[in-house]
Amino acid sequence: MLGNFCAAVGRATLNACQSTGRIMQLFLDTAARLKQANAKETVRQMSRLGADSLPIVLMTILFTGMVFALQTATEFVRFGAASSVGGIVAIALGRELVPVLTGVVVAGRIGAAIAAEIGTMKVTEQIDALKVMATNPITYLVVPRFLAAVLMMPVLIVFANGIGNIGGWVVAHYYAGISNFTYINSIKVFADIFDVTGGMLKSMVFGAIIAIVASHKGMSARQGAEGVGLATTESVVLSIILIFVANYFLSAVLYV
Amino acid sequence: MAEAVISLRKLNITFGTRTVLNDIDLDVYKGETLAILGPSGTGKSTVLRTMIGLLEPTGGSIYIQGEDVAGLDEDGWNRLRMKMGMVFQYSALFDFLTVGENVAFGLRQHTDKSEDEIQGIVHEMLELVGLPGTEKLYPAELSGGMKKRVGLARAIAVSPEIVLYDEPTAGLDPIMSRNISRLIKKTQQQMHVTSVLVTHDMQSAFYAADRVAMLYEGNIVAIGTAEEIHSSTNPIVKAFIEGRDIKEQVIK
Repeated sequence: MLGNFCAAVGRATLNACQSTGRIMQLFLDTAARLKQANAKETVRQMSRLGADSLPIVLMTILFTGMVFALQTATEFVRFGAASSVGGIVAIALGRELVPVLTGVVVAGRIGAAIAAEIGTMKVTEQIDALKVMATNPITYLVVPRFLAAVLMMPVLIVFANGIGNIGGWVVAHYYAGISNFTYINSIKVFADIFDVTGGMLKSMVFGAIIAIVASHKGMSARQGAEGVGLATTESVVLSIILIFVANYFLSAVLYV
Repeated sequence: MAEAVISLRKLNITFGTRTVLNDIDLDVYKGETLAILGPSGTGKSTVLRTMIGLLEPTGGSIYIQGEDVAGLDEDGWNRLRMKMGMVFQYSALFDFLTVGENVAFGLRQHTDKSEDEIQGIVHEMLELVGLPGTEKLYPAELSGGMKKRVGLARAIAVSPEIVLYDEPTAGLDPIMSRNISRLIKKTQQQMHVTSVLVTHDMQSAFYAADRVAMLYEGNIVAIGTAEEIHSSTNPIVKAFIEGRDIKEQVIK
């Protein structure tokens, strides 16, 4: 009984180590091939990742800003701290909520699409066809997606911060009765440009995590539709977990 | 005797405890089409995938144009692959590219040809495989036979010296199978390529190939011209040609 349990733990640990090693190897291979990026394909991926993800990111962050203001404004007004609401909302959005939630949304939308796309190519021998045609699959498939994710995430963050703060202001002003001057002045007093730029920096790391994990899972897809489905699910789950883990350490380095 | 373009020496492949190829020796000569014939699951596609570096052998040697490929790095393989083309069993067309872009892929990746020249070659290749005017279609809009023909056009667009065919007639009706077999022969005659054709389709193998090798359970049990294979007294070959249970025949 104990032997079986230990064996299962050992196997799971070995699998985790193996998977981590392969993800790191893919990251290093991708980084080494950045110079060979195909500009046209990279721009196509940037448009897909940026422009196509923008509406869902904006919608998510708008309501996040609104609910955060709803919770804070009600309590802060009760304790006479209405002048802090704008700053608190802006800092929370800029440092944590916008980068993490944008990462989660992009992992679900774009990460899943990358894993499914590359996974389908794997099981239909299209990746083998690339190799046979003397084309490296990492250069052709992973590098443009990696660059697109790393470059477009900060752009999404800028727009998301804007809409999140607008959502916060709407609720604080119309629901909690905080004046425009108090709200905006609070942002000026408490928040700093680094709250946003730090979040942008974090989002670049999250973009790299999403692209590499999704590409790795896609390339490891086993035969058939079930294999592609599994790769897609695993990609989203692992990306989200890694985003939360990375976020803690990035926050500790950037803001503490 | 013509020079051997591909040579396999004591090639061995095992997956876990299962031996797929058992120390096989095989030569493919310049300009010929060699068919590797055999029932499903006997390691035919494995031979092909090993020849182009998609699988690493467990033991033995592979020589492509006299060069031992053991230990070749990616650049080394790519140098050889520029001289090779492969037609996949399920076509493996890039589904996000049009037919024209699929055929032009190798030319755009590896040559300095102008767009006009590339379009000219794409047109010529699609004409050769009997699919003129399909440049703008996507693979999803093609039938199985059309996909195979586009796969062939893509493989030969870069003027390879060696073309590998993995079950090119699998899943096609007899008329389309015959058309594909004719195309394989036509490609060999017009482009003077060396071809390896892996198939379980006897009609196709006997029609398109100069020599046929019969692979059974990881061993080459017979090799010769179509006539020699037809008249072989080897019980495995006879059973396969007559469509009888090979295992039963071997036991007898």
